[in-house]
Amino acid sequence: MIEIGLSHYLTVAAILFTLGVFGIFLNRKNVIIILMSVELILLAVNINLVAFSIHLNDLAGQVFALLILAIAAAEAAIGLAVIVVYFRNRGSIAVEDINLMKG
Amino acid sequence: MITTADIYPVLPELFLAVAAMALLMYGVFRGDKSTGSCSWLAVLALIVTGVIMSLLPENAESAFRGQFVVDQFARFMKWLVLLGSALAVVMSMNYNAREQIERFEFPVLILFASLGMLLMVSANDLISLYVGLELQSLALYVIAAFRRDSTKSSEAGLKYFVLGALSSGMLLYGASMIYGFAGTTRFDALAALFTGPSADPGVGVVVGLVFLLAGLAFKVSAVPFHMWTPDVYEGAPTPVTAFFAVAPKIAAIALLVRTMVGPFGELFAQWQQIIVFISIASMLLGALAAIWQTNIKRLLAYSSIGHIGYALVGLAAGSEEGIRGIGVYMAIYLAMNVGTFCCVLSMRRQGVLAEGIDDLAGLARNHPMMAAAMAIFMFSMAGIPPLAGFFGKLYVFMAAVNEGLYVLAIIGVLTSVIGAFYYLRIVKIMYFDEPADAFDRTAGREIGAIMAVAGMFTLLFFVFPSPIVEGAGQAAAVLFASG
Repeated sequence: MIEIGLSHYLTVAAILFTLGVFGIFLNRKNVIIILMSVELILLAVNINLVAFSIHLNDLAGQVFALLILAIAAAEAAIGLAVIVVYFRNRGSIAVEDINLMKG
Repeated sequence: MITTADIYPVLPELFLAVAAMALLMYGVFRGDKSTGSCSWLAVLALIVTGVIMSLLPENAESAFRGQFVVDQFARFMKWLVLLGSALAVVMSMNYNAREQIERFEFPVLILFASLGMLLMVSANDLISLYVGLELQSLALYVIAAFRRDSTKSSEAGLKYFVLGALSSGMLLYGASMIYGFAGTTRFDALAALFTGPSADPGVGVVVGLVFLLAGLAFKVSAVPFHMWTPDVYEGAPTPVTAFFAVAPKIAAIALLVRTMVGPFGELFAQWQQIIVFISIASMLLGALAAIWQTNIKRLLAYSSIGHIGYALVGLAAGSEEGIRGIGVYMAIYLAMNVGTFCCVLSMRRQGVLAEGIDDLAGLARNHPMMAAAMAIFMFSMAGIPPLAGFFGKLYVFMAAVNEGLYVLAIIGVLTSVIGAFYYLRIVKIMYFDEPADAFDRTAGREIGAIMAVAGMFTLLFFVFPSPIVEGAGQAAAVLFASG
């Protein structure tokens, strides 16, 4: 039997975080996937915070996680709104089409 | 137990929050015809917030069990943020009316963003840092895409949103690591933890600190996290760009300084190299990449990246003198940028906006006053004495030299010489090129007045430098007295 401890949770969170970051940079198809990747990053942080909170026996981490959940919801709403506005102008939300300005 | 003594320090923020929500209701009931009154009321709300802040007793220092702190540093930076936001609202009115994007949400969103910035400046805990930062960012994502029928503006909003959300994610991941390995989110508790000869921060905290720094570097648009800046500056409507260039930068720099000097002041050796690196990289990119730009807003984006690099020289010095330099630099940066953007807002020909640098050709013959003001701002940004921009650079470079960072100071001077090339090129185009058609004289009286005041400030800063230098000095002293 293996005891599931802090390090396992941290590993899962680190994997999710990496997946999220790669999802943003490697994805060439759809902006919605980027939105999902952002959520993945925030969820990885939440797993981290809750695991640490239990490990440290300190509530601050869970309070932080709740605040992140609330803000992530607002962020997703604004992100979708911006994507809708973009789609109305461009007729596409493919990542390779977002190239009007080059820097 | 929360007492009224806990409420006093947050009174300005509470007022601003209530005012923004009241203004939102007012706008909803009156519709878009109320935009003019909404804008002026928003300016009034920002002024009243500043007045309340200055009326508060000096001892009203921290609230909500130390999560929120008001000290001289916070006051100084909040003054700059409020000023920048109020000017941005004033500058937007005429433009928005002309471009038919006159909606009452604009001043309301600026108020919410300013509220977020005030919270950032006062944050004394990782949680309040994040909440303030997001309140600011969420409002900024929306106003970047404010001109919703324009592809460019919505593309700017989309890019800003995606990269901003990524940076918030990195910042949060760093915050969670710091919380986990240090066991607290409070800045003063973190500072106490790392003080003492035997204190060892451990790898976890340092990794978290790097992630936190990456997220914050994004918000101040320092290289290598600058890629959103030119696109967002170019795509967003010009008053929004003017706002982005000033208030959020000041708030983010203030947040960066407080976070690095306060809780992680004892880890100076760990973060100094990172700050030195991003400072050099920002100065170099700001100087080199701007040379090939043809769009004035894009040029100003690279210029602001460079300016952030210069300001970070003060943080890399890590001394009280360096932080004072940052305060002075940000005050001067505010005046120069507001003035320059007033000039950009006046560039309109037969009702159509002109954004190319070539459009400025021969400005001196058609609009001598505007050309003179623009020349003052360009000379000042290039750092030519006796204009204000020179003193901004002088204070941060002196701090770096006094701390023995000679290489950093020399690179700073070299890049400002390179940067002077493109600033002076604009002056040359304005004064010596064949004149293009004259601009419309429709920018409005407010724009001219702001341009004149900013120009006078930039020109005459060397006569009366003491209010700003002393204010920044007190602001810096307080960070080092407590930390």
